[in-house]
Amino acid sequence: MAKKGLDDHGKGLGRREVLECMVWAGTGVLWTVSGGIPHSVGLIGEAAAAEPAGFTFLQMSDSHIGFDKAANPDALGTLREAVAKVKAMPTKPSFIIHTGDITHLSKPAEFDNADKVFGETGVQIHWVPGEHDIIDEDRGKAYLERYGKGSKGAGWYSFDDHSVHFIGLVNVVDLKGGGLGNLGAEQLAWLEADLKDKSNSTPIVVFAHIPLQVIYKDWGWGTEDGTRVLELLKRFGSVTVLNGHIHQLAQKVEGNMTFHTAMSTAFPQPAPGSAPSPGPMVVPADQLRSRLGLSSVTVVQGNKSLASIDKTLAG
Amino acid sequence: MPILMNNPRRSAARFLPGRALIVATLLGPVVGALLAFAAVSAEEQTEIKIDNFVFNPPELTIAVGTTVKFVNHDDIPHSVVDKDNAFRSKALDTDDSFSFTFANAGTFDYFCGLHPHMTGKIIVR
Repeated sequence: MAKKGLDDHGKGLGRREVLECMVWAGTGVLWTVSGGIPHSVGLIGEAAAAEPAGFTFLQMSDSHIGFDKAANPDALGTLREAVAKVKAMPTKPSFIIHTGDITHLSKPAEFDNADKVFGETGVQIHWVPGEHDIIDEDRGKAYLERYGKGSKGAGWYSFDDHSVHFIGLVNVVDLKGGGLGNLGAEQLAWLEADLKDKSNSTPIVVFAHIPLQVIYKDWGWGTEDGTRVLELLKRFGSVTVLNGHIHQLAQKVEGNMTFHTAMSTAFPQPAPGSAPSPGPMVVPADQLRSRLGLSSVTVVQGNKSLASIDKTLAG
Repeated sequence: MPILMNNPRRSAARFLPGRALIVATLLGPVVGALLAFAAVSAEEQTEIKIDNFVFNPPELTIAVGTTVKFVNHDDIPHSVVDKDNAFRSKALDTDDSFSFTFANAGTFDYFCGLHPHMTGKIIVR
């Protein structure tokens, strides 16, 4: 069962298959992209020996510092546990990508606490905001003052590392009633210009808070104009899309594009349509840490492949 | 007596039950129709609950001058934003509320600024 989920040769996964995939992916799986066809190479234990030399970065998401409800009364505590795992990694990651919802209510003390704990990693962090990070009085000013240096608009930017082009997008501002996540014309024009001179062989990693593709419309899990981004990225040989927001693993492969959502470090959310609402899911205390975690991505030089390992806080 | 005088409608109902019954019988269909629209009379307050990422009731008809109180019962913050910017609440944490008095007639389509798939409508007559 395990290897079928991701190695679908571009056929697209049905919802049932995605759900199966989430179950085993939660225990950690390494997958790789080579020759444009992604395939899993096994679970963490068996894959570790074969782990290729490359550069590694981490994805962390949905820390929700300040959240103290039943689903996890101590979101700062579980972030500390996640950071301890980062510090214990045998190979230090090159950097961390945080895909938003750093805080729960955009309060200065919440940002302060998050910064303090994330600072303990000693690793550079590239941020994009979630909708919870821009609900201060000035609607995003607090976020931009802390994390927006060198970014455009509401906080979007790109950078290059180890010949991979990374793009951080913001899809949580100026949301329209009845709609999904939103990028807007200004950001899309910037992205088009940003990609213009990039060769088709440049590996692309694009990250944003809300999934760019529509995962579940009824719960708003998707981005209204996300398909415009995917059109702009279609010509590239290797595209990896990293998102957060849904507090669970979901992975999908479409042609040269691989979509991956990360677990939260604060609280899990239900699988699409499995509950009356997408609100925080209360699980037995001894199971919480198996539903929280972080993702490690290895970029293999030469064959343009990416491999990702998802780690829960339980392991 | 002075206490009852503070609320003329209540005192009428209490002291003239026979008449109230006749009026209620005659106006039954009218009252029923008004209730169907969840109508609220002028200068009253009514509440819209936010529960499980849903505004309840999702559609509400009120009289001009009515104050609507939005109360968030979820573990996640929500906000209330009018599509045409007639009103916008700050983020409402659990049990926080936002009140707005509708001084003008019209139809107000609103949504949650954090989760825009959550929508509602208020008709002011």
